[in-house]
Amino acid sequence: MKKFERLQGLVAPLDRANVDTDLIIPKQFLKSIKRTGFGPNLFDELRYLDEGYPGQDASQRPLNPEFVLNRPRYQGAEVLLARRNFGCGSSREHAPWALDDFGFRVVIAPSFADIFYNNSFKNGILLIPMAEETVERLFQATEAHEGYRLDIDLAKQRVITPSGEEIPFDVDPFRKHCLLEGLDDIGLTLEQGGAIAEFESRHRAAQPWLFRDV
Amino acid sequence: MAAQTLYDKLWTQHLVTSRDDGSALIYIDRHLLHEVTSPQAFEGLRLAGRKPWRRDANLATPDHNVPTTRKERSAGNAGILDDVSRIQVETLDANCESFDIEEFRINDERQGIVHVVGPEQGATLPGMTVVCGDSHTATHGAFAALSHGIGTSEVEHVLATQCLIAQKMKNMQVRVEGELGLGVTAKDIVLAVIGRIGTAGGTGYAIEFAGSAIRELSMEGRMTICNMAIEAGARVGLVAVDDNTIEYLRGRPYAPSAEQWPAAVDAWRELVSDADAPFDKVVELDAAEIEPQVTWGTSPEMVVNVSANVPDPAAAEDETVGRGMTRALDYMGLEAGQKITDIRLDKIFIGSCTNSRIEDLREAAKVAQGRKIAANIQLAMVVPGSGLVKRLAEAEGLDKIFTEAGFEWREPGCSMCLAMNADKLGAGERCASTSNRNFEGRQGYGGRTHLVSPAMAAAAAIEGHFVDVRDYDYAPTDALSA
Repeated sequence: MKKFERLQGLVAPLDRANVDTDLIIPKQFLKSIKRTGFGPNLFDELRYLDEGYPGQDASQRPLNPEFVLNRPRYQGAEVLLARRNFGCGSSREHAPWALDDFGFRVVIAPSFADIFYNNSFKNGILLIPMAEETVERLFQATEAHEGYRLDIDLAKQRVITPSGEEIPFDVDPFRKHCLLEGLDDIGLTLEQGGAIAEFESRHRAAQPWLFRDV
Repeated sequence: MAAQTLYDKLWTQHLVTSRDDGSALIYIDRHLLHEVTSPQAFEGLRLAGRKPWRRDANLATPDHNVPTTRKERSAGNAGILDDVSRIQVETLDANCESFDIEEFRINDERQGIVHVVGPEQGATLPGMTVVCGDSHTATHGAFAALSHGIGTSEVEHVLATQCLIAQKMKNMQVRVEGELGLGVTAKDIVLAVIGRIGTAGGTGYAIEFAGSAIRELSMEGRMTICNMAIEAGARVGLVAVDDNTIEYLRGRPYAPSAEQWPAAVDAWRELVSDADAPFDKVVELDAAEIEPQVTWGTSPEMVVNVSANVPDPAAAEDETVGRGMTRALDYMGLEAGQKITDIRLDKIFIGSCTNSRIEDLREAAKVAQGRKIAANIQLAMVVPGSGLVKRLAEAEGLDKIFTEAGFEWREPGCSMCLAMNADKLGAGERCASTSNRNFEGRQGYGGRTHLVSPAMAAAAAIEGHFVDVRDYDYAPTDALSA
């Protein structure tokens, strides 16, 4: 997994609550058997004026000039600012793959859906839940100042604004550790293979019907 | 020992190790796979030179991309006309073959939507942990199995280690007491719950559905309810074990053998929340007050009673909500204040992991029997959840009731719930759907989805617009011609 330590990134605001993973990456792109290449189709139905399909040359498609990520001032954004319940709906990991492929490393929102939260951390994307009022303040600052950037320091769990204000945030310690070190969690789990095997044999003895091979 | 909820018990029974920082390793008993979220996981396994930890914990079937039309389906994988879709199904077949995982392939009669297939086979059992790369894995909680959706990285993790890294959720109880009115179903209960607590109301919680109205439901109805727990934000929905649970499982292919059965049933009887178990949150609904539900917007929480009108964004609780409502009305082509029963439909979809089981098809058939779909309905389709559901429905004559009424009777799969196969809405088309998500573009680019119960969808097909199925004169359960 990609490491995440500290990032000073341009912020793009997506002023919309309950952004679902269908909106982040529509279903027709889930037919891919790869993990990469989803960036051009991130927010496909919002970004383009036509209907997208896999294998298209995205550079030839008509862009929706109204959509925030198409505005010149937000090109190269690495921090996405969003509203409550970001990432709800389908468990598709294609959603964080698309965000990552597009270039986002951090999403800040008042709240995130559970499965999306897990999936993002597995892909080196840092999700930062923040109080609704703080998020509102960041929206205003981002829209007011072109080139607005935030400094995100994971080790210290601080978001630092251009004026020097430090906003603390919460992150689960294990996820933080994996992100800072860029750890492969399958490898970590397999280090406990003995404990798993031991659990498994106890479990099998207690409930043998759970192990029925038809 | 302190009183425990059902979720607490299931968690404790599967805890392999736990760390001081709150993260834990839990053991996974059953892993269901489909073609969309597994290819990258198998690839990861292959690249790392790893093998599945326990081959026989896995069960796979293709469901999202499979065609539902007879002609294409009879050609097997070759009948999947979209190359990218076909490659995905072929990739699942190849991966299951090379890793020696049991798969019900496209034309195996046991094939179907993975969340219909698992319980139907008895591959989902009380006391199990069940995961799948699919958010509607919550369905299996109807059997008091700790079940939830996972992402593809976690699919790979489960394949390689038989475990998941997890954090314990909080406990919520949704208690529905009393008797449902005639024509009001499990789908209406769960839509009413989502309308009450919102699409993020269950975030961070495992929801146990309890109360007399839940106990009265069949296993099919309980699956419908748990299925949509995720639409309330909860990864896990649960219902305690009772006689219904046990009777449903008796004799199913993967159920305990005759020798194991008595011990299994004894263990399953323990899978209920202790009487004084503490819940972090309790939500109560009166079943008698629940009306048939219809969603009007682009989030499952945008739902009202069929007797109501489309709500006004001006009355929203805050600005963000109001803006969302305005955008939803615009997308849906509706006006605030419009009567729900005045909304005219173009297409009808009866199917999905929410509502494609035999009971759902029977409910819809009661309404359709002896009638014809309205002239303005361009397509009304019934897609059974599995090959076995299809066979049973045909044995009961339900297929004839539907086709005589003008419905198309299709082959099993996810179909127009998410339109990854050829079944989709065109831009601007309006559909009464028994599925679970009304998100923008979910059923096709620009398509407009209204979520309802099977009976409500069938009645909308007959009348061409929404009607209150309670006012509708339709056959009682035992009067089907079969």
